[in-house]
Amino acid sequence: MDNRANNKANKKRFELPVWAAYIINLGLFIAFISLFGVLLSSGALPGFITKVAMLIGIQVILAVSLNVSTGYLGQLPLGHAGFMAVGAYASAIFMTHTSIPAGIAFPIGIVIAAAVAGLFGVLIGIPALRLKGDYLAIITLGFGEIIRVVLLNIDSVLGFKLTNGAAGLQNIPKTTTFVNAWLMVGLTCFLIHTFIKSRHGRAVLSIRENEIAAEACGINITYYKTLAFSMSAAFAGAAGALYAGYLGILNPSSFGFMKSIEILVMVVLGGMGSMVGSIAAAIALTAAPELLRAFDNYRMIAYSLLLIATMIFKPSGLMGRYDFSMKRIIENAINGDIFRRIRKSRAFDKAEGEGEA
Amino acid sequence: MKMSRTMTMTVKRTFAFALAALMMLLMLAGCSGQAAQSGDASANTIKIGILGPHTGEYAAYGLGVRNGAELYFNKVNENGGINGKRIELVIYDNKGDDTESVTAFTRMVDNGITALIGDVLTGNTLAVVGEANAVNMPMITPSATAAAVTVKEDGTVYSNVFRTCFIDPFQGEKMAGFANDILGAKTAALLCQTGNDYAQGLAEAFKQKCAQLGIQIVAEEGYAKGDVDFKSQLTNIAAKAPDVVFCPNYYEDDGMIVTQARQVGVSSTFLGGDGWSSVTKYASKEALEGSFYCSSYAPGSTDAVKKFEEEYVAGYGKDTLNMFAATAYDAAMLMCAALEKAETGGSAPASEEYKQAVIDAIKSEGATICGITSEAGYTFDDSNNPIKDAVIMKVTSGEEVFDRMY
Repeated sequence: MDNRANNKANKKRFELPVWAAYIINLGLFIAFISLFGVLLSSGALPGFITKVAMLIGIQVILAVSLNVSTGYLGQLPLGHAGFMAVGAYASAIFMTHTSIPAGIAFPIGIVIAAAVAGLFGVLIGIPALRLKGDYLAIITLGFGEIIRVVLLNIDSVLGFKLTNGAAGLQNIPKTTTFVNAWLMVGLTCFLIHTFIKSRHGRAVLSIRENEIAAEACGINITYYKTLAFSMSAAFAGAAGALYAGYLGILNPSSFGFMKSIEILVMVVLGGMGSMVGSIAAAIALTAAPELLRAFDNYRMIAYSLLLIATMIFKPSGLMGRYDFSMKRIIENAINGDIFRRIRKSRAFDKAEGEGEA
Repeated sequence: MKMSRTMTMTVKRTFAFALAALMMLLMLAGCSGQAAQSGDASANTIKIGILGPHTGEYAAYGLGVRNGAELYFNKVNENGGINGKRIELVIYDNKGDDTESVTAFTRMVDNGITALIGDVLTGNTLAVVGEANAVNMPMITPSATAAAVTVKEDGTVYSNVFRTCFIDPFQGEKMAGFANDILGAKTAALLCQTGNDYAQGLAEAFKQKCAQLGIQIVAEEGYAKGDVDFKSQLTNIAAKAPDVVFCPNYYEDDGMIVTQARQVGVSSTFLGGDGWSSVTKYASKEALEGSFYCSSYAPGSTDAVKKFEEEYVAGYGKDTLNMFAATAYDAAMLMCAALEKAETGGSAPASEEYKQAVIDAIKSEGATICGITSEAGYTFDDSNNPIKDAVIMKVTSGEEVFDRMY
C-alpha cells in the first residue's frame, strides 16, 4: 500500500508546506466566490442561474455532510432530510420571531440550526448507531419520518403555534444569497476536511475499515460514531437554514424520505468517501433537471439513465474514494511529474484541499 | 484473465469519460438553449408563463391546467391575438416541487413573461408568490385554494395574485349553509384527515359556520394519512346518529369511509368538498346514494361548458378534463381581458407599467368575464378571492350529477 516509493527514489522531491496549501486554497476559494458573485450581481448571467447556484450550494452542503457518516464513517443512515428539516425549522422560527436585523440574525440562525440539528444527531445517534448496516438504515429512516410527522402534528397536539402543521411556515425572511450560501459551503468543506485529517478523523476512518480492529486499538467506537453522525447532522441543519432562507416557505412534505434518498444518491454517485465526488455529483444532479429542461419530457428519463449507467459501469461512484488535492497537483507540477502516471493515493492522509477550488 | 480485466478497466474508464463528456455537452446545450430563448424576444408578442406539475404524482392537475389555459390562448391567437400581438406561451414543468417552481418561475422572468397562469399546487404556489410579488408579476392561479396564497400572515394582501378557484374555508361555509338551508340538518359530525391542510381548512370553516347557524356538532373524529380502517371513528359517529357527516377529504379516503360507514350503520347524509370529485370510482352506488359535495365546475351543465368540453376533448383527450382545466380556461379568459385593457395604455409588454396595468385590469375587468365556472363573472373581494357561487353535486345511482348552484 505504500505509495511513497517514488519519494524515496527522488530525495529532493519538493513538498509544499501545509500552511501554504491552505493559503492557496483560500485564495482560490475567494477568487471563485468573488468572480461568480460579481458575475451574478452584475446581471451578466440570467437570474435563474443565481437561483440554481444557491440551490447547488445547499445541496453540496447536504451531500458533503452526509458523506461524513456514509463515506468516512461507513454507515448507511437514511434520515438526512430529517436533520435538514430540524435545522430549517429551527432557523425559520428564530428568523420570524427575532427583531435583530436579518443580516445579523441569519448567521445566528444558521448556528442555531446547526446546534439543534447536531443535538438531534446525538439523541438519535446514541441508540441508532448500536445497529449496523440494514438495521441502521431502517432505524434512521424511521427517525427521519418521525421528525417529519412531529413537525406536521406538534402544533395541533400541543396547542401552540410553532411549525404551523401541514400549511407550513410562510414569509420567512429570504436571506440566503449566492455569497452566504457558498461561504457556508466553503466553511463546511474546510471543517469536515480538517476534521477527517485530524486524529479524530483517523479514528472515524479506522471504524469504517474495521470496527473490531479499531476497538482493539482502544478507539471509543460509540463516541466517535456519535461524533461523526452528529457532525453530519449539524451541517445538514445548516443547509436546512439556508434552504429556509432560500425558499421563504417551509412545508414538512419537502423533507420526506425521498429527500434523504436524493442526498444519498448524490453521495453514492460521486463516490462514498470522496468529498470532491459528493460536490461534483451534487452540482451535476441539481443542475441537470434545469439544464435538461430543453428536452422537456425526456429529462426525467435522462436523469434516471445517468444514475443507472454510472452504477453499472462505475459502482464505486464517479470518483471512488479519490479526493482532489491542490497541494498534490502543485507538488507534482513543480516536481515535473504531472504527466507521469502516478498511482493515485487511495488513502486520505494525502487528501488535501477544498474541492470547490 | 489479467488481460481481460485490464480490458474491462479500459472500457469502464472510457465509458466514465464518455459519461463526463456527455454531461458537459448537456450543460452546454442547456446554456445555448437558454441564450437562444432569451434572444428572440420580439415586440409583437406577449409572453405568458404557464407553470405546474406536468410529470409526477400531481400531473393530472398540472396537465389539466396547462391544456385548459392553452386551449383558450390558442383560440385568441387564431382570432388575431391581443391588439394584434400574438400570445407566446412559456410552459414549464415543476414536478410538484417547491424549489423547482421557484427556479422555473425565475427562468420565466428571465424569458420576459408579462403574466403567469399558475402555480397549481398550493405549496408550490406559496413558494412562487413571494418571488412573483417581488417583481410585481400578475398571476392567476386556477387551483391553489389556501387562503395564505393571496394574504400574508400579517393580513396584507399580495396585490398581484388572483385566483379563479375558491378558497378552502369558502367550501366549508357553503356546505354548512347548504346543510342548514336545504337539508334542514340539526346535528352534524366531522371526520377528516389530520395533518392535511385542505381537510383541516374545510372542517374548521364548516364548524364555525355551524356554530353560527345553530347546527350542533355531535362528533369530531380524525384519522392519519394512509389509514384504511375507519370503523372505530365511524362507530362513534353511528352512536350519535347525526343528520349529516361532513367528510372533506380526498376521494379515495372518502370512498372507503362511506362504504365502511354504511357497514357500521351510519345512515346520515354525507357531505364533502371538491376533493370528492371522482368518488364514484371508490365506493358502491348504494353506499354513496344521496351524498352531496361542492365543486367549482359542473360538467355538462350549460352550453358554454359543453362547448368547452368538446373542444378540450378534441384537443387533449378526456383524461385530464377536470375541474382545474375549467378554472384554468377561465383564468386564461380573465388574463386576456386584462391584457386587452392593458394594451390601451400603450406601454410595452413585460414593462413595469404594463404589469401594473394588467393587475389593475384583472381586478376591474373581472366582473365582465362570463367564465365557464362562474357565469356571474369574477368579482374579487378585498383579499383577491373571487366571489362566486358553488356548484352542488349530488351522487345518484352511481353518477355525480349537477344538483344546483348554491
